[in-house]
Amino acid sequence: MVISCNLGIVFIYFLQSKPITPTSAPDEGDIFSEEGSYIRSDVHHATNGLHSDEELDLFTGISLHRCTMTRNDIMVKCYLSHQHTSVQSLEATVELTLTNTTSQGRREIIGPTASACNTTHVPNSILKPSIVTKTMEELEEEESGDQFELNIAVTNPEKIGDGMNAYMSYKVSTQTTLPMFLNKTFSVRRRFSDFLGLYEKISAKHSLLGCIIPPPPQKSVVGMTKVKVGKEDSSSAEFVEKRRAALERYLQRVVAHPSLLQDPDVREFLERDELPRAVNTQALSGPGLLKMINRASDAVNKMTIKMNESDNWFESKLQEVENEEQLLRRLHAAVDSLVNHRKELCINTAVFSKIVAMLGSVEENSALSRALSQLAEVEDKMEQLHQQQAFSDFFILAELLADYVRLLGAVRCCFEQRMKVWQRLQEAQSTLQKKREAEAKLLWANKPEKLQQAKDDINEWESKVSQYERDFERVTCTVRKEVLRFEKEKARDFKQHIVKYLESLLHTQHRLVKCWEAFLPEAKAIA
Amino acid sequence: MVRSVSVDLNNDASLVIDIPDALCERDKVKFTIHIKTTLSSFQKSEFSVPRQHEDFIWLHDTIVETEEYAGLIIPPAPPKPDFEGPREKMHKLGEGESSMTKEEYAKMKQELEAEYLAVFKKTVQVHEVFLQRLSSHPMFRKDRNFQIFLEYDQDLTVRRKNAKEMFGGFFKNMVKSADEVLISGVKEVDEFFEQEKIFLLDYSSKIKDATAKAEKMTRSHKNVADDYNHISGAMNSIAADNNTAFKKHLEKCAEVFEKLRKLEDRVASDQELKLTELLRYYTRDIQAAKDLLYRRARALADYENSNKTLDKARLKGKDIAQAEENQKQCLRKFDKLSESGKKELTSFKARRVVAFRKNLIEMTELEIKHAKNSMSLLQGSIEILNSN
Repeated sequence: MVISCNLGIVFIYFLQSKPITPTSAPDEGDIFSEEGSYIRSDVHHATNGLHSDEELDLFTGISLHRCTMTRNDIMVKCYLSHQHTSVQSLEATVELTLTNTTSQGRREIIGPTASACNTTHVPNSILKPSIVTKTMEELEEEESGDQFELNIAVTNPEKIGDGMNAYMSYKVSTQTTLPMFLNKTFSVRRRFSDFLGLYEKISAKHSLLGCIIPPPPQKSVVGMTKVKVGKEDSSSAEFVEKRRAALERYLQRVVAHPSLLQDPDVREFLERDELPRAVNTQALSGPGLLKMINRASDAVNKMTIKMNESDNWFESKLQEVENEEQLLRRLHAAVDSLVNHRKELCINTAVFSKIVAMLGSVEENSALSRALSQLAEVEDKMEQLHQQQAFSDFFILAELLADYVRLLGAVRCCFEQRMKVWQRLQEAQSTLQKKREAEAKLLWANKPEKLQQAKDDINEWESKVSQYERDFERVTCTVRKEVLRFEKEKARDFKQHIVKYLESLLHTQHRLVKCWEAFLPEAKAIA
Repeated sequence: MVRSVSVDLNNDASLVIDIPDALCERDKVKFTIHIKTTLSSFQKSEFSVPRQHEDFIWLHDTIVETEEYAGLIIPPAPPKPDFEGPREKMHKLGEGESSMTKEEYAKMKQELEAEYLAVFKKTVQVHEVFLQRLSSHPMFRKDRNFQIFLEYDQDLTVRRKNAKEMFGGFFKNMVKSADEVLISGVKEVDEFFEQEKIFLLDYSSKIKDATAKAEKMTRSHKNVADDYNHISGAMNSIAADNNTAFKKHLEKCAEVFEKLRKLEDRVASDQELKLTELLRYYTRDIQAAKDLLYRRARALADYENSNKTLDKARLKGKDIAQAEENQKQCLRKFDKLSESGKKELTSFKARRVVAFRKNLIEMTELEIKHAKNSMSLLQGSIEILNSN
């Protein structure tokens, strides 16, 4: 399983999902059919210039699909185990899904443009059952046997160096059965700028395609300076833990994305021992990134874009995203306030506990004196409970909300990319129009020597226009899929976190009951 | 209805006092005092009279100034009704009205009304206890001014002014800090009082501190409850916009937070009533006990001075009889104070222990009840969310 030792300050929370163990073909079918479209997209992305051979694409497509499914937790991962029987049904279902794509059984959710990407981008090799069988055989030969998994943990923060040049190094551990990696279990050490560098690389490659790129954790000058200077207090420990958890969530979101996991830069990040220092990550610090996103949206808003009918979905979706971002901000602020007040409650309870202890020691009636000392102990336990609850308030709820505010920003970027592609198409179309007009003029003016040039120009721009049309359709298709995938993830993520949070509250109340029940006989014993 | 801060004080049916009603107008609170008595000293057997906070203070002060009661612990005066907290909130609510949703505004208004009500209840309780302490004490219940307070069917304002002119706030004008010095400085012959002195001085400062810290803790609880309210509102806003499983989860969660807020509020106000209010009351009561020690210490100082005067007179051979008489009086006064003081302080101990016991038990039982309610709320919600 996973090595996941967290630098928890007070409380280490292990969130466990039930392992999904498919036991019969119909279940498998359901699992696959639900995500059927994603297999397609995995393959589809694989053919967009990323170098992995097609056979492996299908294989990784399947396991990625699995991987995506299990990407439910925050700190402890669960795994999917296949029995050999289910492997066969895996095979069966894969074929089923593939044939279904032609009949477009489950295409409704994608929308009209999806059909375009269906038929145009299926590599023929996929349709050959033999390939499927072969990869299934490879699967069966896997040593770990039954598990498709990719689990990542970020742990063991260590301060390297001293003074202002010091930095924190984090251990990034991966456990996987995916064959594209050299080993099954491996770890590397990375620093924060490495993560930013990864984001930059991913962004450069995939954002143009309309993917939602998970944003990296934010830089913090204040936080880091305290750590560098060597302040060994609870606030710097808290900062490091906050960052560690954020880096972990970031990586988990990256690998949960089917096409990002395929990216060799991601693989390199996880596997390679020494990574070249990422430079120029200043632009990607918290405020810098935000500025970038905002600048992009400003630029886009300035364009008076009139897009056609089928884009109603996009327009209203974008509006939805923007609204939700605002509302999430407000919610986040409220939760932040809760965290602070709970910490205050913690401090005030501790202070109260001490004075009650003192009162108890002065009290002349011995039974009352004992009861007061007990009360002081109860209040002390309360303080610990409040502190643990504050920890949960922050890490389960507040951080989730902060992540999603930034993720929604990334979704907006995604829409903006599509607009840029559309813009480019528009410009090419107008250039083509101009070239055609130029040709017509030449014909009319009867200048045969320039005609050939004009015809060449028209050919060039015609092919550009059709290329850009294809690009636009592809981006449209991708953005739609991405948004739907994102929304599913979001619903699942929120539900899970809400349940975890309520469980933490339940746990606290339970301990509260125990504390007070233990105290009651003491209070009754006063005489 | 039994008030918890001091033990049940309406045991004696010959004089039963309670405050069933009070009206709050801006800053002024008008209490309706209801009296039922079998004592012949009263004209009627059952009647009511309206009184203001200032009337209570007048009554307290006249009792303090009464020489006869020097050997008794004078029940502490009720504090002035303080609506500052809710009033400030009301102001903030008015200002922030535009930035809230209608539901949030309604919720906050409701919450504010509850807070006003809580302050109201507290102040009624504390005024009632004051009167009940007097009515249940063998000496105070016979006090003439007490009777006037209860029976006089007109406004006491005129009387109050006269009293001030007469007494000039004799005792009250003394610097309080002088108490401590005097009490600790006087050489104590009686072991009982020596112990009491040490105990009361130490306890007094600690219980005052404990009260302040309990107040801060309760305030934090209230802030957490407030936050739950805001979170619930924000979640509902997001859910309103959505149409999916996401919406359902958020709505459920918003509902949970709303209910938790109510529970957390109850925890905070129960803690306030049972713990903070208990500490507050006994801080004042301890002060009253200290005042008794002070008066006794003064009497002792007077007695010692009278001895010195007598010695001097004997030496000089002048005014001996006068000095002897003075000395006798001082001694008598001192003995009387010591005797009644001992009784009072002993019963005070018992009263304090009983009150603490009662309140701690009640508070603990309420905490358990609220926590169990929270648990079942949370358990139910988790089940619903998981089954979706």
